[in-house]
Amino acid sequence: MEVAEERLTAATFEELAMPLFDQLYNFAHWLAQDRTEAEDLVQETYAKALKGFSSFQAGTNFRAWMYRILRNTFLTSRTGLKAGATMPLDSEDGLEVSAGPETPESILIEHSQHRLLQTAIESLPVHFREVLLLCEVEEMSYQEIADALSIPMGTVMSRLSRARKALRESLQHKLVRT
Amino acid sequence: MADHWTAKLDTYLDGELSANDMRELDSHLRSCPSCAADVLSRLQIKRAVHSAAKRYSPSPEFRQRVRNSIAAKPRRSPLFMWLGATAAVALLLIVGVVTISVRQQQLQRQQTLSELADLHVATLASANPVDVISTDRHTVKPWFQGKIPFTFNLPELQNSEFTLVGGRVTYLGQAPGAELIYQIRKHQISVFIFQDRDVGHDLGSSSQSQKELSFNIESWQQDGLRYFVIGDASSKDIRNLADILKKAL
Repeated sequence: MEVAEERLTAATFEELAMPLFDQLYNFAHWLAQDRTEAEDLVQETYAKALKGFSSFQAGTNFRAWMYRILRNTFLTSRTGLKAGATMPLDSEDGLEVSAGPETPESILIEHSQHRLLQTAIESLPVHFREVLLLCEVEEMSYQEIADALSIPMGTVMSRLSRARKALRESLQHKLVRT
Repeated sequence: MADHWTAKLDTYLDGELSANDMRELDSHLRSCPSCAADVLSRLQIKRAVHSAAKRYSPSPEFRQRVRNSIAAKPRRSPLFMWLGATAAVALLLIVGVVTISVRQQQLQRQQTLSELADLHVATLASANPVDVISTDRHTVKPWFQGKIPFTFNLPELQNSEFTLVGGRVTYLGQAPGAELIYQIRKHQISVFIFQDRDVGHDLGSSSQSQKELSFNIESWQQDGLRYFVIGDASSKDIRNLADILKKAL
């Protein structure tokens, strides 16, 4: 979503920001894992964004800008600080393993075990969860994700890869137990 | 070979592979069942995550709350504020101008009355207070013909305490007029008559009575003429003479 207008007003902000409301809320809830906290996050994000709207550069990615504000707000929140303390260093990925014919994914899709998948996403560390959600749910490009998370594109790719691996392992683990 | 591609399968599905890699992987997938199955399962999980992670929806109340908090506040537009300020300044100016104008009018009137009082005193102090000495209004009135640019009526004074002493031409602010002297008991009273357009613009059209240097003054406007009755007689006498003059008109 690119903004070409030079003059950015409160009315423009509302037009641009409200269509993102549902997805921002969903993302916030996934991060905070709590409705009240998610609402606080979203509310604060919109307030900050409106206040800083004059500094938003027309022509750049508004969606990524909103997500960046939301994520920064989350990182300074109590839950975010706790999650940040356990964030591991970004390291090189291990070798990708083939999913194989008897994959947990295929079983999962067959049984439409959404709940299982949701629990697996929930159990991911925040820095994996957020990159996975921005890629899979918001369908952002790597560049957009890099903008939203304020990290280099290479880090986006490696985190995404590790997030998917972690998710698959988590699913495999849960499916073995069920 | 498969391991080389396995690392790129997700990037391929994300549509972020370079055009060259994309072509190469496409042709590899057609010849490698293992990678083809892998990419299919990754696509399935990608779609499953996409759908399962769209999980939370904000409540309508919360949406409204945020919408209200960011809605453009109904502020006064700069134009409106500018108009308001302009109106305030304009009002102040109008009040100022009116005040100054009223004040100037008062000063002007005061000045006119002061001059009339001076003329009255000067006339009484003169060795020849009047140029036409007559108690007969039919003598006095014609005497002014050709001397002043207007004419006027004089009252019949029978049955009154007033007597006409005489008259003279006078000037007020370079405008010619008639000055008539009347007497009541020992008091002498001047009656000034001018064209209203010459002296009346600051005096209003209604009858006014006031004091100037302890002289009582009655003033009114009628038929384009401005009348002043001024003297040291009581205000009641001055008013009575004024009433007699008004009836003559």
